[in-house]
Amino acid sequence: MWRHAIKAGAAVLCLTVALPLRAETRADIAHLIVAQPAPPVLSNLDPDPADLGAAGAALGVEDTTTTGRFLGHSYSLDTRRVAVGDDAVAAAREVLAETRLLLIAAPAETLTAIADLPEAQGALLFNVGAPDMALRGEDCRANLLHTLPSLAMRSDALVQFLVRKRWDKVVMIAGSHPRDRAFAAALERSLTKFGLTLAARKDWVFDADMRRNAAQEVPLFTQDFGDHDVLLIADETEDFGRYVLYNTWLPRPVAGSEGLRPVAWAPVVEQWGAAQLQGRFEDHAGRKMQSEDYAAWAAVRAIGEGVTRTGTADPDSLRAHMLSDAFDLGGFKGRPLTFRAWNGQLRQPIPLVHPRALAAIAPLEGFLHQRTELDTLGLDAPESGCAGFAR
Amino acid sequence: MTTVLKRLATICTASALLSAPAAAGEIWISNEKDDTLSVIDTETLEVTRTIEVGERPRGITFSKDHKVLYICASDSDTVQVMDPGTGEILHELPSGEDPEQFVLHPDNRHLYIANEDDAITTVVDTETRQVVAQIDVGIEPEGMAVSPDGTIAITTSETTNMAHWIDTETQTLFANTLVDSRPRHAEFVKDGTELWVSSEIGGTITVFDVETQTEKAKIGFDVANMHPDRVQPVGFEFTAGDTHAFVALGPSNHVAVVNAETYEVEDYILVGRRVWHMDFNADRSRVFTTNGVSGDVTVIDVASRKPVKTIKVGRFPWGAAFRPTE
Repeated sequence: MWRHAIKAGAAVLCLTVALPLRAETRADIAHLIVAQPAPPVLSNLDPDPADLGAAGAALGVEDTTTTGRFLGHSYSLDTRRVAVGDDAVAAAREVLAETRLLLIAAPAETLTAIADLPEAQGALLFNVGAPDMALRGEDCRANLLHTLPSLAMRSDALVQFLVRKRWDKVVMIAGSHPRDRAFAAALERSLTKFGLTLAARKDWVFDADMRRNAAQEVPLFTQDFGDHDVLLIADETEDFGRYVLYNTWLPRPVAGSEGLRPVAWAPVVEQWGAAQLQGRFEDHAGRKMQSEDYAAWAAVRAIGEGVTRTGTADPDSLRAHMLSDAFDLGGFKGRPLTFRAWNGQLRQPIPLVHPRALAAIAPLEGFLHQRTELDTLGLDAPESGCAGFAR
Repeated sequence: MTTVLKRLATICTASALLSAPAAAGEIWISNEKDDTLSVIDTETLEVTRTIEVGERPRGITFSKDHKVLYICASDSDTVQVMDPGTGEILHELPSGEDPEQFVLHPDNRHLYIANEDDAITTVVDTETRQVVAQIDVGIEPEGMAVSPDGTIAITTSETTNMAHWIDTETQTLFANTLVDSRPRHAEFVKDGTELWVSSEIGGTITVFDVETQTEKAKIGFDVANMHPDRVQPVGFEFTAGDTHAFVALGPSNHVAVVNAETYEVEDYILVGRRVWHMDFNADRSRVFTTNGVSGDVTVIDVASRKPVKTIKVGRFPWGAAFRPTE
């Protein structure tokens, strides 16, 4: 039922209240999903689900509505899709005329253009799709919070693991897509941050079909890396990375976009009550929960937590509450989740996973910070370069 | 009915008299990831029996006369009823889906069960083995409590962050009160005048005045050299006369001792990893904590507030329940 409604594109879902009402508060949330051109990839094993992200937001509204009905608070979700080539900013303007709480899955430049709209002033926007560091840095916006972890949070998490394991001879293969380049840059930054150096980096240049050639090509390609402890892969579009595992010249672990991956969420996260969220999501969406679903779920839950505690759906009041010490969100990652006051990023542990299990969760033991260990991941206050967030 | 009550009264009196010398007894532990129960002798502090049960056992509680043990077999979607003498499963009770925790009403007959996956509290009559009522509560119900006079049942919901107050006469909600994030456990104390609710992610215990359902106090915790994020109150139990609460603080690996009059924390005791629930021996001189991650039970001497022994049990010990054996 939910899924049909969402697929329909613009259904307003409104759950009514069955129990005695107190002060009626209504939070109307919109979710703008801007389609991005998908680059061709070698394998078609894992297409993105059509409701990626949307299903997370819908579950968030369901969870939050259950709480709301005991308090006289109601929530609605309006999912809007923008096709490739269509005007996302115009679509945002339209949505912002109707609601002041907006989740956005869009590229960074679209996000900042939306955040700068006159219609977006006084609204509260949640970035649930763009991992760019610049959005948490020099391109930050006061009305834009981020529930998806930044590339820096993910790469810091992975490099903490390398440091703990003393895998200090590190090499990397990076793809050519801008997303691959950005993740490779984040990994290099993290290596420097935690005192490691990249011994060698090679760019993935093959244009042959690796389903036939990987076994022959990858050993040769990785032969001249020399000795190393771990091979990092920057392949965020999931193009070639899957063909590198078990085909390397030396028998070495693979990490990054493939092998051991730092993620916001994965189906193998089961501790800290996560099995409950996984079960609810699967019942709801008929598939496993992914990072983009988690980011959208967390954004809606943050709104819900704000409305529950403050009794209002006013964006400014919600923003103030979310950035205050009074806010914490149970996010099924073993610690309360809070927002960074300097750039609006949701602090969160980063699971390090392989397809069968969680290997570790960052921050890893021993990485200390004067505020909270969670701030060893991603852009800290002095380095973020975000000047426009504080009001 | 009256004969049943009379018989119960006799049994209760008899067992109270018998347990007065406060000697032998057992602590029963549910091992969530082993599908077993470990039975610990409270005198020798050794595991005397390991008993196979249904899938993913979590909440366990004895009948008031300790004649039967109720077991939430969460992944078997049932409550098992066991003869603790023989370890045999006598029968199963309908429980609703994914029963996690429950509480036995003072009438020794009705179980109030939190169905974690279904946002429901199920009330089961253990005699007729029928579901009497199902009550919609918040998401991920967990903590369960019943007032000593039996008039109020409480369910806490982990994601909704509330204590739901159930009128046991009508089996309907009459109040819903917010607490801090991820409420885990609830207990009535001081003759039912106070309700305590622990919040795992919020890191607090909220004390309610039961008559008005309003917040009376909030207890925070501060473990030395431990970030507040890791100090996560979960299960708690009270010493004789409800003077002090022993509070399991989850991944901080400590148990706090809280003065129940002043609401001040008096001590922190180091135990095993991810401490979860607990119960006392007969005279409440020792408390046994389940340590989920380290797979053991810490025995704490209540008077000195020192751990005296660590006992290896199964994987992910969860619940703890005491029964006298003589």
